[in-house]
Amino acid sequence: MENIEHLYRALSQVDGYIYPNEIELRWSILIVLYPFITGLVAGAFILASLNRVFNVKALKPTYEISLLAAFSFMCVATMPLIFHLGQPFRFYEIMMTPHLTSAMAIFGFVYLWYLMVVLLLEIYFDYRRDMVLWSNEKKGLLRIVYRMLTLGVYDVSPKAVKWDEKIGYFITVVGIPSAFMLHGYVGFIFGSVKANPWWNSVMMPVIFLFSAMVSGIALVLFLYMVITWIRKQKLDLECLDAIGKYLFYILIIDFTLESLDQIHRIYVAEESFDIISILTTKLFLTLTIGQVLLGTLVPLVTLGYFQFHKPKAIIRKVVYFTLSILVLIGIFCMRWNVVIGGQLFSKSFLGFTTYKTSFLGGEGLGIAIILLIIPFLILAFLLWFLPPWKKVHD
Amino acid sequence: METDQNKNKSRRDFLITTTALAGGFASLFLLKPFKVLGGDTTDVVAAKDVKKLAGRPKEDHWFGFGFDNSLCIGCGSCAKACKAENNVPKEPFYFRTWVEQYVVKNDETIKVDSPNGAIDGLKQSVDDKEVFKAFFVPKTCNHCYKSPCTQVCPVGATFVSPEGVVLVDEKYCVGCGYCVQACPYGCRYIHPVKHTVDKCTLCYHRIMQGTAPACVDVCPTGARTYGDLRDKTGSLVMFIKNHKCRVLKPHLNTGSKLFYNDLAEEVR
Repeated sequence: MENIEHLYRALSQVDGYIYPNEIELRWSILIVLYPFITGLVAGAFILASLNRVFNVKALKPTYEISLLAAFSFMCVATMPLIFHLGQPFRFYEIMMTPHLTSAMAIFGFVYLWYLMVVLLLEIYFDYRRDMVLWSNEKKGLLRIVYRMLTLGVYDVSPKAVKWDEKIGYFITVVGIPSAFMLHGYVGFIFGSVKANPWWNSVMMPVIFLFSAMVSGIALVLFLYMVITWIRKQKLDLECLDAIGKYLFYILIIDFTLESLDQIHRIYVAEESFDIISILTTKLFLTLTIGQVLLGTLVPLVTLGYFQFHKPKAIIRKVVYFTLSILVLIGIFCMRWNVVIGGQLFSKSFLGFTTYKTSFLGGEGLGIAIILLIIPFLILAFLLWFLPPWKKVHD
Repeated sequence: METDQNKNKSRRDFLITTTALAGGFASLFLLKPFKVLGGDTTDVVAAKDVKKLAGRPKEDHWFGFGFDNSLCIGCGSCAKACKAENNVPKEPFYFRTWVEQYVVKNDETIKVDSPNGAIDGLKQSVDDKEVFKAFFVPKTCNHCYKSPCTQVCPVGATFVSPEGVVLVDEKYCVGCGYCVQACPYGCRYIHPVKHTVDKCTLCYHRIMQGTAPACVDVCPTGARTYGDLRDKTGSLVMFIKNHKCRVLKPHLNTGSKLFYNDLAEEVR
């Protein structure tokens, strides 16, 4: 029997009337992490694609960082989902015997497609020549590993490299709609739940997609600055400005879409409107302050100002760094507001339950923090193993 | 030095090998898991047993519930009997059925309550002078035939049986909770010991033997009925025929088969 002390506490804090089975929030902080991490993957990949497909040269220093970051976060994207399951050892059933009308079941395939076909292949074709060259330079185990990862294709002639380039380009072209699909689909998992008016919106996949792009771009901005500082290199200001510009554009679209969704709710004021109005006041800290003010308005105004007037380099660097963190916090708050907010009110529309994160436990804050740290460790390893700055560039 | 021909051959070999590996891996998904792993097959059979248990052609039954709110006295016998019959955890967070007490006050505010699912009986907590109207509403799974909960289950562990009863195969459920989110009526919970989802089965083990569900059996006023919607002279069809019945949240189009008589407009 699991510890249910917290449920008695929650029961005493119920506000209004909720169905008796609704006291426990089914989807905890781990399910907040799931769309957050998946969003970072999709967003980081789309930034990488901008560089490759649309040939945005200013973004060049971030290309490999974006790809490797997307891969690192993709590796842990399903972990919160699996840890959250009541029967985690049955997780493979979702892939082996998927129920085809379930959005969650199909996500497994979207995930696999993206991980195996898009990300892995793109990284392979991007690094193949370098791995061949490194395998010749290194000795011992590292040499064997590099050789294995080339999958036996050691040809580094200009013709072969050109082919790598062509296939890589093709994969990126396929990858863009795949990234759109990956995170749009996460939005659909929530948006298609008609029982929950806070989730049930046709806008949800699009909102999730653009917020994913926002978070992914902010992540790459953050990583690029941190990695450059660690390597004691000079930051490429042109690159920072370019990322800032794209972050600004995507933020405008994201903010517009989310505002449209809210304005629509307020204007049509359906049956659920009263309870949702109270919900938004209950989410003051994460919605009004975290998501809207710090995560959206402050970055929008600052980045908007930068489009007209560029202050001194040092100021820009500090501001970009601060904004990247603010945006990441803002998007995390957005996921929190969707997942937790959507379960705080009863489907009877007559009351609220409460949610408190505990540090310990299978679904506690501790596990969530570990799951957020793991991708950074994977990335650190990948940056050592496949250093973008040691690649041979034509 | 490698010739161009050799290079092409190596590239061709590589493509053939990777395609074969990917194809082989993908084809695994077309097979049933336990056959692939050569393991126990009970999990798969469990859902099939439903038909065996039924013992009759599936066309014979299409079960549903009928609740008469005008007869419910809020004694909670139904909720109590259900917990005993189905080993529902005793804690006040897990219910397959419960009774709600609605009080519409003179100032038009509504007070709804269901302490411990009404198992200990319901008492009026609002002063008589303030009460505009008051009534009880028994709740349970609506056994929807266009059920949003079965639609979202990622492994198909919850399903509509051939007799129209929404069931859960607990040996197969992964405990993701998606169905809990999808049910508009709050009728599902994750079992604290089994860690899989649990809900009303319409006492499937009883009705397939011709016995009424426990909640129907113990109701002292006959507020609950159940029956076969295909039996045109049966108790449920007659209940629907003789009363002005409605279902909960009809705008959600869930195909609910829980029909209420005297369902007040305030009830959600």
